[in-house]
Amino acid sequence: MSAPLLDIDGIVVDFSTRAGDARVLDHVSLDVAEGEILGIVGESGCGKSMTALSIMGLVPQPPGRLTSGSIRLAGRELVGLPESELCDIRGKEIGMIFQEPMSSLNPVLTVGEQIAESVRLHEGASPRAAMARAVEMLRAVEIPEADLRAKAYPHQLSGGMRQRVMIAIALACRPRVLIADEPTTALDATVQAQIFDLLQDLQRDMGTAIVLITHDMGAVAELADRVAVMYAGRVVEKGAVGTVLSDPRHPYTRGLIACVPHLEPDPPAVRAPLLEIPGVVPALTDLGRGCAFAPRCGSRIARCDAEKPPLEAMDGGHLTACWVARA
Amino acid sequence: MPLARILLTRIGYGILLLLAVLVLNFTLISIAPGDIADSIAGDMGGADASVIAEIRARYGLDQPFLVQLWRYMAGVFRFDLGYSYFFETPVTALVLERLPATLLLVVSAQVLAIGLGVLLGVMAARNPNGALNTLVTFLSLFGFAAPVFWTGILLIIAFVSIFPIFPVGGMRDVTVEGGWLAQALDIAHHLFLPMITLASIYIALYSRLARAAMQEVLGADYVRTARAKGVPERTVLYKHALRNALGPVVTVAGLQFASVISGAVVVEAVFSWPGLGTLALQSILARDTPTIMGILFFSSLVVIVFNILTDIVLRMVDPRIKGG
Ligand SMILES: Nc1ncnc2c1ncn2[C@@H]1O[C@H](COP(=O)(O)OP(=O)(O)OP(=O)(O)O)[C@@H](O)[C@H]1O
Ligand SMILES: [Mg+2]
Repeated sequence: MSAPLLDIDGIVVDFSTRAGDARVLDHVSLDVAEGEILGIVGESGCGKSMTALSIMGLVPQPPGRLTSGSIRLAGRELVGLPESELCDIRGKEIGMIFQEPMSSLNPVLTVGEQIAESVRLHEGASPRAAMARAVEMLRAVEIPEADLRAKAYPHQLSGGMRQRVMIAIALACRPRVLIADEPTTALDATVQAQIFDLLQDLQRDMGTAIVLITHDMGAVAELADRVAVMYAGRVVEKGAVGTVLSDPRHPYTRGLIACVPHLEPDPPAVRAPLLEIPGVVPALTDLGRGCAFAPRCGSRIARCDAEKPPLEAMDGGHLTACWVARA
Repeated sequence: MPLARILLTRIGYGILLLLAVLVLNFTLISIAPGDIADSIAGDMGGADASVIAEIRARYGLDQPFLVQLWRYMAGVFRFDLGYSYFFETPVTALVLERLPATLLLVVSAQVLAIGLGVLLGVMAARNPNGALNTLVTFLSLFGFAAPVFWTGILLIIAFVSIFPIFPVGGMRDVTVEGGWLAQALDIAHHLFLPMITLASIYIALYSRLARAAMQEVLGADYVRTARAKGVPERTVLYKHALRNALGPVVTVAGLQFASVISGAVVVEAVFSWPGLGTLALQSILARDTPTIMGILFFSSLVVIVFNILTDIVLRMVDPRIKGG
């Protein structure tokens, strides 16, 4: 594998909250190669969106703060870059799609303008050329009557259409990396499938690397090359999709997979009755010394409560942070 | 619905409203004790009943109420608002002569208040812990607490008595000669203090509104989208956020026009600004009913026109607003 295009190394993000300091991201390391799709999965609140915002340099500050770690795009360090240089990278080198298509578009600007703005900013295009590109992008995301739709306001479009517009905005300047943060959560099932197909097509055409954040293990199995599983601000397992899904080592990953019946690796006869992981994600303000998953874990041993397991290579060819899996 | 039709509906409602205002005013004033005949008799140092009856007959005041109302309304449709006994001029001419001064004061104060208020609000919202935020809070406390006439008098003491840089009152200096530019500058010089005085309350109001609206909008998902596109912060603020935050400010500003006009009455009195306010004061003291009614009519007209304008502006700012 060539040197990674996007290399996230040990980032730590703290939030000061009323209940004390919360470590929202705890030494998260990820990397994405050119043209690759990396899936990030995990329950709500485990830090998936915060990882994405850290890459964009958009962690709300205050109350948040990126305290250490490094994020490199094609070898260039992004952490600590001045705002003006970050503005040049956002939208141009890294595009992002958000979770809520209903509220992520500006209600008082036409969708054409919202796409064209980015083209004007990053490529210095004339207003006409930028609008022409906007229409072209709307066509690329398969919106019918693109030239008419460019003049529409977001409230005149359906949720699926709006998410297509978001994709068009994110890809307008042909970024090298696209971060898609749960791009289909708010959409109904058939539209979800369409959006995933679209992302896959665009990825093939443009060669964009994608960081795909999702709850949808099925989508990860289908689209991603590699996957990272996050829990309570940490990456607990990562590796090639094939090995992680067929041979999950972390009990949390096993639980996640068991929640999606058709993905379960074991034959149905021996399937555990577990259809959801018991308990809830702990508060990030008091995580204790041990493994954050230990309180909910069926296979926990004494060491789990005492020490945080490091992320280490397993014989299956992927990385896992679990004392039990290591033993 | 197309904009033209919405506008026509609005104008139609406006005319109906204006008629209702006229009838109501007329009724209220007829109910109030005393009329011009009493006032004239008072000026003459008392008069006997036959003289008073003669005056009433001359001005049609002896007719039944409905006849008087009918005559008045018929006149209004010919843009004839009656005759002022006190100023000895037709009311329409009298009011139209004073209206521009009031409009100048009201509009310039509103523009200043909206402009400065929104600017302060935006800057305060951007930095919730900054000094500007404290300034907005202070200004709004001051603006809401200080009566207009008091602010006016304070400004006169400061900038007329102690530092004599502004004239004490009036609208122009008869000794100023020169072309329109010199005249305009002279009017601006006279306008400054009354405008600031009238704007002060509203700067407080609009800056608070703009700050609250901006704080909410800055947390919106589409602002995050704009940032993720690499839009520089200034453009995020003034293009993406402000246009969304402007709605509440414009709405309230439109609703405030009536109160700005009544504020102008006080300000005009303090600065002897030759507008409708000073005219209203004089005609009320003289019980000059036709003039009072004329002023009320024109102020209602102005308020209605500005409400329609507000509606148009709102529609330009926010494409989601539909229908009438
Ligand atoms: N402004 C904030 N102040 C304090 N804590 C915050 C703030 N924003 C996010 N967090 C915390 O950061 C953690 C990670 O949030 P994040 O949005 O990254 O979760 P997520 O994995 O994307 O979840 P979801 O699947 O619901 O989108 C959460 O536990 C959340 O409570
Ligand atoms: Mg999220």
